[in-house]
Amino acid sequence: MAVIGDSTAPPAPARSGRRAPAATPPRTGRRPRRGPTLLPVLLVTPAVVLLLLFTVAPGVYAVVLSFLQLKVGGGLLGGGAPTEVFAGFANYVSTLVDPEFWAGLGRMLIVAVIGVPLTIVLATTFALCLDVKRARLVGVTRLAIFLPYAVPGVVASLLWGFMYLPATSPIGGKVIDYFGSTGIFFSVANVAVWGVVGFNMVILYTAVRSLPKDLFEAAELDGATELQIALRIKLPLIAPAITMVALFSVIGALQLFNEPTTLKPLANAISSTWVPLMRVYTDAFVNNSIYEGAATSFILIVMTVGATVLVNVIGRRIARRETR
Amino acid sequence: MTTLTAPRPTAPRTGRAPLSSRTGVRIVPTLILIVGALYCVLPVLWIVIASTKTNDQLFSTPPFVPSFTGGFWTNLQALFTYNGGIFGRWALNSVIYAIGGGVLSTVVAGAAGYALGKYRFAGSKWIFRLIVAAVLLPQIMLAIPQFLLMAKFGMTNNYASVILPQLVSPFAIYLCKIYAEASVPDEIMEAARIDGGSEWRIFWSVGSRLMMPALVTVFLLQFIGIWNNFLLPFVMLNNDQLYPLTLGLYGLMIITGGQAAQYSIVIAGVLVSIVPLAILFLSLQRYWKIDLISGGVKL
Repeated sequence: MAVIGDSTAPPAPARSGRRAPAATPPRTGRRPRRGPTLLPVLLVTPAVVLLLLFTVAPGVYAVVLSFLQLKVGGGLLGGGAPTEVFAGFANYVSTLVDPEFWAGLGRMLIVAVIGVPLTIVLATTFALCLDVKRARLVGVTRLAIFLPYAVPGVVASLLWGFMYLPATSPIGGKVIDYFGSTGIFFSVANVAVWGVVGFNMVILYTAVRSLPKDLFEAAELDGATELQIALRIKLPLIAPAITMVALFSVIGALQLFNEPTTLKPLANAISSTWVPLMRVYTDAFVNNSIYEGAATSFILIVMTVGATVLVNVIGRRIARRETR
Repeated sequence: MTTLTAPRPTAPRTGRAPLSSRTGVRIVPTLILIVGALYCVLPVLWIVIASTKTNDQLFSTPPFVPSFTGGFWTNLQALFTYNGGIFGRWALNSVIYAIGGGVLSTVVAGAAGYALGKYRFAGSKWIFRLIVAAVLLPQIMLAIPQFLLMAKFGMTNNYASVILPQLVSPFAIYLCKIYAEASVPDEIMEAARIDGGSEWRIFWSVGSRLMMPALVTVFLLQFIGIWNNFLLPFVMLNNDQLYPLTLGLYGLMIITGGQAAQYSIVIAGVLVSIVPLAILFLSLQRYWKIDLISGGVKL
């Protein structure tokens, strides 16, 4: 059966990935043209305009808002129309000194510490098992493990919500407190892992499948067992792909919002500021303090980009060492 | 390391599980895969079974034994007649958002990717750098700033407010650029020029066709991304006639929160929102080029 990532596609696009710019076709291809053409500019314009309007502008606007606050106008009882005034770093300070912000960040990290390694270990294990010679039911199980990717996060959370809920739980919710103060972290992480493990497995499986076969055949001739081949040869060789999967998972974890928000009506342990993104929402929509919400947003964006770059650098270093 | 994503012209899949096996089936890996499959499928199976039950049966019968007393149709009926049939409206909205946004964003990404991959023009380098930088930005976290800005211009609470912010995906543009570079040969473009084809014709009848595999992948990624999106519609919309399924089901859960009487409706809703997408998805599997993604992400 056709596999995801089954390749009839030209191999090059993928390959040029790592050193993207260097891999561009030699310039010589762009030989004399009949005068300059406007076409590329026209083609790229919609993307640039949309990017400016819906990514750059909101980002800039959020930064601007984050430095403002409302000053209630004069008049009796402060009844005049409130005006926006420059607030300096006040919004940032009030976010950064708020213990609840750090607590939310901590809770997010706990979920990430449970969920990210679990996702990676499971996805890698499944991918390697799929590639074992003589493993059976490969097609069916691969499809089954991939299935949750088709389930939206909100729906997955509702689904698992019923699994956890004592009244309906088929997995011992009457005995195990899935919504307890400790259990909730595992419950939330589980929903996230369930949703993404299949997608990551497929990416890793594609990576394993694209390794040159003669490597394993040589090892096999030398008497290596299937397990040794998987752990000593395949695993190090797919380290770059694992890094990428880790990167995806970390970014996903930092954006944790859908799962806890959806489970909130069921679980008392989840507050309205349970993770940072929920806090931004609460600030902006429940407390109507968009200025502080904007500041928190910006702090989060900076942290996420920072984490992304960090994971990327670390992963690359590991990958380099592994393949040396 | 490049081996990661260089999908060799693979041997036919039938080559797996070869007859030459020295020993029998590998038990351990097969078992691991079965356990993984059960973990992923059982919750969905439970939902299917639960949807056949009335509310009372939900709490009183064994979880994995379906009921055949007609609860299934009753539940579906209750779901689709709930609040004047609003569930159908949500489903339709999801389709509109996902297909509309998916098609448009694929066109935007394909055009930009082709331009950046096959031409050098003033500013093209800077535009590409901007896009690479934007790939790092967490789109979800932009949802609230996007709302704040759009609210300032009174542009929220309509279809456009959900579709417009999702039209440009830096990652999709990046994928298309890389793919265009590799799959649209300069020689063919040059030959078409010599034959007198205009640049537009070359793009339309040569470039876009050669890029089709990337475009399909981008469309599917965008479709799923938009279909699954929750935060953006959550902040942009307050008219429940405009809700997509995710938001509608969430609202249903909030309303029913604590009221056990409504669970069967939510369960039916969850089922109805999973099944069509799962079928669509699994049947489109072979059009997916995940190796594109694995290659593309490695900036």
